[in-house]
Amino acid sequence: MIVAHQLTKQFDSFAAVQGISLEVPAGSVLALLGPNGAGKTTTIRMLTSILKPTTGWARIAGLDVVEQAEEVRRRVGVLTEHHGLYARMRSEEYLRFFGELYGLERDVIRRRSAQLLEQFGLADARTKRLGEYSKGMRQKLALIRVMLHDPDVLVLDEPTSAMDPVSVRAVRDAIAALRAERRTILLCTHNLHEAEGLADQIAIIRRGKIIERGTPPELKRKLLGPTVFELQLAAPLNGLAATLAQRLDVIGVGETWLRYRTDAPERDNPTTIAWLAEQGAPVLGLAEVGRSLEEVYLQVVEANDAS
Amino acid sequence: MRLDPRRLSLSARRIAIVIRREIRDQFRDWRIFTPIVILTVVFPSLMTFTAERMIAYVNSTGGTLDSERLAPFLMMVVGFFPISVSLALALESFVGEKERLTLEPLLATPLSDLELFVGKALASMLTPIVSSQLGILVYLGGVYAQTGWLPAPGLYLQIALLAVVQAAVMVSAAVVISSQVTSVRAANLLASFVIIPFAMLIQGLAVLMLWGELNLLWWIMLGLAAVLTGLWRMGVRLFRREELLGRELDQLDLRAGWRFFAEAFRGERRAGEGFGGWYRREVLGAVARTRLPIGVMAVVLLVGTGVGYAEAAQYRLPEALTRDVAFGDVASRFDETGISSLSGAIWIFLNNVRAIGLASLAGMASWGVLALLLLMLPLGIAGFLSGQLASFGVNGAVFFSAFVLPHGIFEIPAALIAGGAILRMSTSFLAPPPGRSIGEAWLLSVADWARIYLLVVVPLLFLAALAEAFVTPQVVVAVLGR
Repeated sequence: MIVAHQLTKQFDSFAAVQGISLEVPAGSVLALLGPNGAGKTTTIRMLTSILKPTTGWARIAGLDVVEQAEEVRRRVGVLTEHHGLYARMRSEEYLRFFGELYGLERDVIRRRSAQLLEQFGLADARTKRLGEYSKGMRQKLALIRVMLHDPDVLVLDEPTSAMDPVSVRAVRDAIAALRAERRTILLCTHNLHEAEGLADQIAIIRRGKIIERGTPPELKRKLLGPTVFELQLAAPLNGLAATLAQRLDVIGVGETWLRYRTDAPERDNPTTIAWLAEQGAPVLGLAEVGRSLEEVYLQVVEANDAS
Repeated sequence: MRLDPRRLSLSARRIAIVIRREIRDQFRDWRIFTPIVILTVVFPSLMTFTAERMIAYVNSTGGTLDSERLAPFLMMVVGFFPISVSLALALESFVGEKERLTLEPLLATPLSDLELFVGKALASMLTPIVSSQLGILVYLGGVYAQTGWLPAPGLYLQIALLAVVQAAVMVSAAVVISSQVTSVRAANLLASFVIIPFAMLIQGLAVLMLWGELNLLWWIMLGLAAVLTGLWRMGVRLFRREELLGRELDQLDLRAGWRFFAEAFRGERRAGEGFGGWYRREVLGAVARTRLPIGVMAVVLLVGTGVGYAEAAQYRLPEALTRDVAFGDVASRFDETGISSLSGAIWIFLNNVRAIGLASLAGMASWGVLALLLLMLPLGIAGFLSGQLASFGVNGAVFFSAFVLPHGIFEIPAALIAGGAILRMSTSFLAPPPGRSIGEAWLLSVADWARIYLLVVVPLLFLAALAEAFVTPQVVVAVLGR
């Protein structure tokens, strides 16, 4: 797991990170969201023992990132902001180089490389120099490098950037599989849809501070208000809308539909359906109105900017 | 510190992994591979031909060109050329990876800072060393085939070792530069700090080898080995992955630099403390911090005096000149020069202030070496003159005591203290104090130098000038009786 307490990082007069605390339990994914220059990369670098915190502490898999830096780096897989491939190498040689640095035996490297190259659809590109790879292929190979030594903790900075939709799906599936294996994952991304789909927790970082955190539903509820539902009827609502408005927090009405907001859907939804049935108004459907994490993110960042 | 064999073995394995990748990468790039092959194989063959033609031409004109001197010199040249080209490899070892964005994944591996630095430095060193040794062998093969000449084993060992040490020093300096800058462009610009001293060294070596003073090469190798040790100490001490990623711009901020220097010059200010207290703490404190380089300087001055005295036996001045100094009318000579006057004292003072100022600049550009030589010169000359006079039965110690000591009481400590401060300033970047950058360490030592120069050395030089103008001539006349 990852635990950080009041991490700060000062570069001369510039405070890149100012007192970040976070906790990512084993088997869960935390998505770190934030605009460019918010301090995400510096935070990642401190958590992975590449940079030393100015103050505060952090532990990865129980190891102190400053005192046990080498062991931390051995236990973590880091997908850095830039893929960092050596253009004149081929994939297997590249993976062998990093595998050996992580202390893996050659046959383990061979087996894992073959398996991961196959999984990510790069097996056929083995004979190509890495300089000839497309952006997406490079990103996938970098991800394979991260997974090669089977780390307990993965820190992934923009794992699906520059990838085609099929590759994106492959990477997201891989992340989901890793979470299922109880790996701890810290994900930095600008893709809010991806964060919503993969993350158990979201932390929004701005000017070196975490300004909001929670699960995606918690954040939506907190920042966008109670959940919104849309009711579809088989026939026009007519006078029923006025009565429903007295029972529910109605926010929109159409000829055969109605939207309402509720804090307690488990209580309001069944009783509403039952009441409509009693009134002889058959319900075609009742569904939650999708509110994206993007709305949450924009609201948080804009509010922070305004303050 | 206890060495753990398992830890050492692990480190050696990781270093070997880094070296292997680097070497493979070097030989996959034709821009690196081609010049190295040309300088290792083609250039030595060309040099063999040149040597043969030169000897033939000089002999045809009735002159003689000693192949025992020319051949080793050319051997050194063919050994040096591949090293100079390989400098490009070393200069981009760290900063090149940073620019190509491949550095961070490497920094995220379990490699320690030391393993990474040593791996990169050794990888940069291996190719130039091997190619320079091969170049020497190709050259010797050609010379042997054409003239049947082969160097004595000792001579071969000397030149081969010289090439290894040169390669190690040049490449290590370049790797240190590469680990401290933020762009390949900056590294290339700073390469002149490696190339210029080495160009001077090669010229010096050329003179020595054509002169036949091959034994001096061992001393030069010893000096280079000392520089190499300093460079590695500096490289290992300064190398921090933190710094590599943290710095984005090599920005020259003169105003901030000046503020830092001014604060360091002023030092700590204590309420109610007068100039005397400040002087004792900040100025004499700076002298105390410089005691080790001052000690080095004292040894150097002693050696210089001794060498000057010893050389007098080998290089004789014209007898008439020596006799004039030994037995001539010294008093009238002093009168002719007009030295015993206020203007004479001012001239001496300004001359000495300027000499130490120039020695400081020269020292800064040469890691203190030129400063040592310049400051050693006056005492070396005094020793030499004492030696000359001794051959005419004049007691050298008496001459030295009369001509040097009266003002030397002030001037020699001034030279020692100034030399120590220059030495410290010009080598301060080798080992910056913990938490300080190279620039800060250098500015701190410059501030110490400035305090020492202005507030210790200049007053001593002023007293020395007065003594030299008004006391020394009196003592000389009194002692020598003329």
